[in-house]
Amino acid sequence: MSDYSVSARNLSKKFGHGHHAVQAVDGVSFDVKKGELFGLIGPDGAGKTTLFRLLTSLMVPDSGTAVVEGFDTVKDYRQIRRIIGYMPGRFSLYQDLSVEENLKFFATLFGSTVAKSYDAIKPIYRYLEPFKKRMAGRLSGGMKQKLALCCALVHAPKVLFLDEPTTGVDPVSRKEFWEMLGTLQDQGISIVASTPYMNEAVRCHRIAFVQDGKISECDTPENIRRKFPHAILAVRSRDAFSLLQDLRKFPEAHSCYSFGNYQHLYLHSEGGADGSAARLQEYLEGKGHQDIRIEPIEASIEDCFMLRMNKEGGDYGDV
Amino acid sequence: MAMFRRKALLLRERAALEVLRKGYVIEVENLTKRFGDFTAVDHISFRVKKGEIFGFIGANGAGKTTAIRMLCGLHRPTSGHGQVAGFDINTQQEDIKRHIGYMSQKFALFNDLKVWENIRLFAGIYGVEEKKIAPKTDEILERLGFTDQKNTLVGQLSLGWKQKLAFSVAILHDPEIVFLDEPTGGVDPLTRRKFWELIYEAVNRGITVFVTTHYMDEAEYCNRVCMMVDGKIEQLDSPENLRRKFGVETMEEVFTQVAKKAQRTDD
Repeated sequence: MSDYSVSARNLSKKFGHGHHAVQAVDGVSFDVKKGELFGLIGPDGAGKTTLFRLLTSLMVPDSGTAVVEGFDTVKDYRQIRRIIGYMPGRFSLYQDLSVEENLKFFATLFGSTVAKSYDAIKPIYRYLEPFKKRMAGRLSGGMKQKLALCCALVHAPKVLFLDEPTTGVDPVSRKEFWEMLGTLQDQGISIVASTPYMNEAVRCHRIAFVQDGKISECDTPENIRRKFPHAILAVRSRDAFSLLQDLRKFPEAHSCYSFGNYQHLYLHSEGGADGSAARLQEYLEGKGHQDIRIEPIEASIEDCFMLRMNKEGGDYGDV
Repeated sequence: MAMFRRKALLLRERAALEVLRKGYVIEVENLTKRFGDFTAVDHISFRVKKGEIFGFIGANGAGKTTAIRMLCGLHRPTSGHGQVAGFDINTQQEDIKRHIGYMSQKFALFNDLKVWENIRLFAGIYGVEEKKIAPKTDEILERLGFTDQKNTLVGQLSLGWKQKLAFSVAILHDPEIVFLDEPTGGVDPLTRRKFWELIYEAVNRGITVFVTTHYMDEAEYCNRVCMMVDGKIEQLDSPENLRRKFGVETMEEVFTQVAKKAQRTDD
């Protein structure tokens, strides 16, 4: 028996024909270890959702293979569906059934009962229990997402596939959700999740960057951050917008993006951020900026994402 | 009859301009909305200055959506009063709708219409004068650098472009204020930032922006942030003052502390 929970080899999937064809997934290979929390991140339209559908046996690949817990996603789709939990991006529960009824329905589908799988869902269900009589459609975003997770867990799956489970959910509920994933993974469940929030991606053991249907990098968050090729200066002044414009015109600037109340300036030179900081201070004073603060910082995952996506030009072309 | 209606309209517009001259695009006092025995929005009062980026933040179920719907003239308040774009939120809801822009993450663009057809359609819906539509369309396309894409079907555009177009369409009738309801929900970090640059450009042209978001780095980009908890306004200040007040480094930490007070776990 292999150590891997999920193994994809050269997975490809194309939609449409002729010059309208879109290669949604393009020769993707990766492995997810047993009990690992594995993150898929990438821009919209990168192919993440298609990848989820291929791995959950809901779609057949044009070529390549995927194995989940030893079962082939095409040949053994029946077995696979019994041992995986899938939370699609769009809320897919029955809005006009209550919390309790939704759970019961999904348990029954898998030939189980809520009582039998109570241990599996307990860490999450305890948040929901006070509202068990409420219609699912009347739950708030954070609660809907907890219910969806419960329904995905009700048959005690070995692998969970979560497609942007926290989109549209407030920061506190999002944090709670990822803490719950931690609990599940302690119980030995392998989890593959996608997210547009980079501070969530950091919680994964390993991350794969998905772009144009391919995986461009796959490593631990720590290693990805370490490989960032530019020195970074975090800069702020009183007028953030004109600061951003001016920073982009700084001769040593590679590129620059807003990160909350700071702008992150990626420098062309690799070392010597200190010299650059002094030159930048002078440059910004010359442009009339006030209350300037400049500090060298380490790259975050979001910095890595920005740089990687921008390399490809992105949707908007260059800055 | 038509002349009379036109005159009444002009009078209302003039009164609205008079109100706006005081410098507030939104002024509400004790705004409240009850659904049965549930108070979704509970006596909120605030003012939004002209040209401001006003962030509206709260946990799921805090009452944000209900509040926005009242401000946009879609819900009648149970009690309280105020004005949006110079029009009374209790009695002039139709006028409000004509003088505001609105965009949510589910853009209202038509996928099977071309780019220019979408602009043309919304210009008509917003009542832009016939002879102004063509130059307005050209202006938008040019500003977006999109002239060569004007015959592309919107359904074939990338998310980033759709977002740009949806925003331009939401402000094509030069509204006093544009409401952006989670415009970047589920959007990747690069596309989000590009969108905010678009917001800044619009603000530089004098548009007031009212925006909700779940990204706390975006809360930082607002001039002032209003945090709602259980239907009430818990905090309202600049991000800098809020961070200082709570003695923390980021808006995420401010939010976590403010949201802790919530009793309501759901709406």
